Amino acid sequence: MVLLTRKIEFSASHRYDNPKLSAEENRRIFGKCNNPHGHGHNYTLQVTIEGEPDPVTGMVLDLKELKEILEREVMQRMDHRHLNYEVAELAGQIPTCENIARVIWQLLEPKIKQGRLHRVRLYESPDLFADCYRNGTNGAGKS
Amino acid sequence: MSSALKIELGRRYHFAASHRLHSAHLSEEENCRVFGKCNNPHGHGHNYVVEVSMSGDVDAATGMIANLIDLDAFVERQVLEELDHKSLNEDVPAFREKVPTTENLCIEIFQRLKSFPKAKLERIRVEETGNNSFEYAGDDLEGNQP
Repeated sequence: MVLLTRKIEFSASHRYDNPKLSAEENRRIFGKCNNPHGHGHNYTLQVTIEGEPDPVTGMVLDLKELKEILEREVMQRMDHRHLNYEVAELAGQIPTCENIARVIWQLLEPKIKQGRLHRVRLYESPDLFADCYRNGTNGAGKS
Repeated sequence: MSSALKIELGRRYHFAASHRLHSAHLSEEENCRVFGKCNNPHGHGHNYVVEVSMSGDVDAATGMIANLIDLDAFVERQVLEELDHKSLNEDVPAFREKVPTTENLCIEIFQRLKSFPKAKLERIRVEETGNNSFEYAGDDLEGNQP
C-alpha cells in the first residue's frame, strides 16, 4: 500500500459558543474563542489517500482529480467563509478542529473512487491540529 | 458513520534545553566515538518541539476531545516547567542514569503525560531539530489508558 498526501490551505472565521450553556459557562470553557464577533485562521488541510499504484499510470489516484475534489468539496464550501453560519454540514456543531476534520472526512470519503481515504489532518495553526481516520488504523499506514 | 471514525487532537509545544550524550558504561574514547560532538564535555542545546496526540470522544457540547486550557496546563506543569531552560543531564532525575537522547526523552515525556485524565495519550513525537524527530506510543503492556 502506498500513501499519497495533498495539502491545501483555506482561510475562514469561526466562534465557539454553545447556546445551551450560559454566557459565563461559554466564557469559561471556550475562553477567547468565545469572543462575540468571532475570529479566523489560516487552515492547512492534509488529505492522505491509500492504495496500490495503477500498473499503467503508476498513480494511486490522479492528483488532478484529487485537486478538483478538494476544490469542490472543501475550498468552495469553507474558504473565506464563516464556519458557524455558512457551512451547512457544521450547523449545530462547535466548529473545532476535531469537528471540522470529521466533516471534511465525511465530505471526501464518498468522492474518492480510486484508492481510499486514509487520513484527514487539519491544522488550525502550526501548533494545533486534528487527525481523522478510520477506526482500527493508526493513521500511519498500518491496518 | 461517525462511530467508525477515530479523531485525534494534536498539539505542539516548544522548549529549549541542553544535554550531553555520555554513558558512564563507556570509556572516554568509546563515548567520543559513539556520540561524536554530542559528547563535547560542556554539553550543547536544542530548541525541542513536543507533539502530543490525544484521542477520545468528541464532546457534543464543546466539540472537543480535551479542552486546550486543561491540556496546556497539564503539559506546562508535567513537562515544560521541569525541562524548559534546563540541563537534561543535571536537572531531570530520569537522566542521571540514562543518556538524554531524544529517544529516551520521548519515553520520559510519554511517562509524564500518560496520566492526563481527560483523554487517552496516543503518542509523543519530539523534534530535536527540524531534521530529526522521534516518536513513542507506549508499550502495550504499559496500559496507557486514562
